[in-house]
Amino acid sequence: MSYIPGQQVTAIVQRVEIHKLCRGEILILGFSIGGGIDQHHSQNPFSEDTTDKGIYVTRVSEGGPAEISGLQIGDKIMQLNCWDMTMVTHDQARKRLTKRSEEVVRLLVTAVSAEGCAAVHQSPGE
Amino acid sequence: MDTESTYSGYSYYSSHSKKSHRPGERTRERHKSPRNKDGRGSEKSVTIQAPTGEPLLANDSARTEEVQDDNWGETTTAITGTSEHSISQEDIARISKDMEDSVGLDCKRYLGLTVASFLGLLVFLTPVAFILLPPILWREELEPCGTICEGLFISVSFKLLILLIGTWALFFRKQRADVPRVFVFRALLLVLIFLFVVSYWLFYGVRILDSRDRNYQGIVQYAVSLVDALLFIHYLAIILLELRQLQPMFTLQVVRSTDGESRFYSLGHLSIQRAALVVLENYYKDFTIYNPNLLTASKFRAAKHMAGLKVYNVDGPSNNATGQSRAMIAAAARRRDSSHNELYYEEAEHERRVKKRRARLVVAVEEAFLHIQRLQAEEQQKAPGEVMEPREAAQAIFPSMARALQRYLRATRQQHFHSMESILQHLACCITNGMTPKAFLERYLSAGPTLQYDKERWLSTQWRLISDEAVTNGLRDGIVFVLKCLDFSLVVNVKKIPFIVLSEEFIDPKSHKFVLRLQSETSV
Repeated sequence: MSYIPGQQVTAIVQRVEIHKLCRGEILILGFSIGGGIDQHHSQNPFSEDTTDKGIYVTRVSEGGPAEISGLQIGDKIMQLNCWDMTMVTHDQARKRLTKRSEEVVRLLVTAVSAEGCAAVHQSPGE
Repeated sequence: MDTESTYSGYSYYSSHSKKSHRPGERTRERHKSPRNKDGRGSEKSVTIQAPTGEPLLANDSARTEEVQDDNWGETTTAITGTSEHSISQEDIARISKDMEDSVGLDCKRYLGLTVASFLGLLVFLTPVAFILLPPILWREELEPCGTICEGLFISVSFKLLILLIGTWALFFRKQRADVPRVFVFRALLLVLIFLFVVSYWLFYGVRILDSRDRNYQGIVQYAVSLVDALLFIHYLAIILLELRQLQPMFTLQVVRSTDGESRFYSLGHLSIQRAALVVLENYYKDFTIYNPNLLTASKFRAAKHMAGLKVYNVDGPSNNATGQSRAMIAAAARRRDSSHNELYYEEAEHERRVKKRRARLVVAVEEAFLHIQRLQAEEQQKAPGEVMEPREAAQAIFPSMARALQRYLRATRQQHFHSMESILQHLACCITNGMTPKAFLERYLSAGPTLQYDKERWLSTQWRLISDEAVTNGLRDGIVFVLKCLDFSLVVNVKKIPFIVLSEEFIDPKSHKFVLRLQSETSV
């Protein structure tokens, strides 16, 4: 989905709720993210065009909480606990995901494969 | 009541020729000035009578100047570059300066020269005298000394020869400039040599001549020691006068006051007057020639901007001059006028005109050069037409390009730098050496350094050095001195070359390794 500045972003999203797993001192979610407005678009294999600098899921670890919740590789995270994730830097995304005070993260993700379905439209970040 | 308005631009600048209010009519040049038959390109002017105008504040004499400007701004058509009056005054100033300068400084120059040569002669004859006097005066009492003395004679003569050649190389050079004060190091060296020789003579006179010493070998050795010491003084002279200032320590920034052209020069430890000499020598080859015609516009623009503002005192008579001028400045700053617009369009128009004339000139010159063909040696007998010398060839093709050249020179305001004779000469030289039209034109298309033009433009005898410190002091960081010529000055700013700390860093050639930059991926 290409992003035109000033226009609303229309996407088909899916709610995913992940409970963080406590492993020793840290809470992990079990996936890796890539992308961000401070990264270069060409390094992101999942982004479709040059304007898309969103946060993508690049790897999902086996048996982790993310896989259990249904997160898939290549998903783009649109919202995180009602925070917008389409225009954030990589570091900001990482920080929001790894907040120690939150045990559950609720994501709105969208996947390319879901584009074709005629389903719920959502325009985040109003 | 005729008000003579306006200054010509040139005399506005040469304010040192003390004229404030010129009687008589002003001559001004219109833009379409009549062409000169002699091709000299000087501005012949059309006389225009200024219209009468009444000053509004008739009792204030300072106001009449502004009123004149006011009238001028509204009623005249053009500005002169140079007027006949200012040239004649200039020439008189120059001639008088030439006369006084040549008389005064020649004496000073020759005085220094005579002192130095007298001392030199004394120095050279001293060892010879030391050696020759004992045999002349008391030959019978002298101990004979054979081979040793002869060896010493040979060494003395060769050392004297070396000293002679060295002194000739170092000191006997044509003096290239006249400076206001004595060179400190040279004077010190002369004093040192003088004291040295005098002390040797004293010793000789007292201990040897009076007591009639018999030991001739000792006397000859004494003379040899004198020559050795003289050679060492010569070495000292080389170090002090030549070598010490070779290493650059200061950078001088030279800015011309009229158009801001600036250059940088590196110098070593020199006195201010010698640094000024170096600057001037470089000025003649680096700076473009000073052209007063290019400077006339800006002052008049500013004057027009301020003109037309009058101060009325509403509260009653008061003599607050600074308050009035401040008010005028503030009002002029706030005033919306379109002088910047005028400047922009004027400059664009001028550019366009110059480029057009340049194009015409280049085409004309190229066509003219096509007519000339160089004859090879074997063809000279069977030439198709008349065989010409370079000068005649130049004269033959000159008329076809003369008009285009003159119009171009007028447009770029260089016409008084090039006389027809100089153009013909240059053309003949270019034809002789087989130069292309572009090479011929280069001299006219861009302004060159002052050395390229006539000797009269050089004004090399008119420079004055203005400095806060004594001119024999050495250069120091932050010194500013001014070299003033007749119409412009060079402001010289001395800056020390920074002390550079250079350290070494070793990078192992094997340590250059690279990896592709993947996207940063964080696992959460």
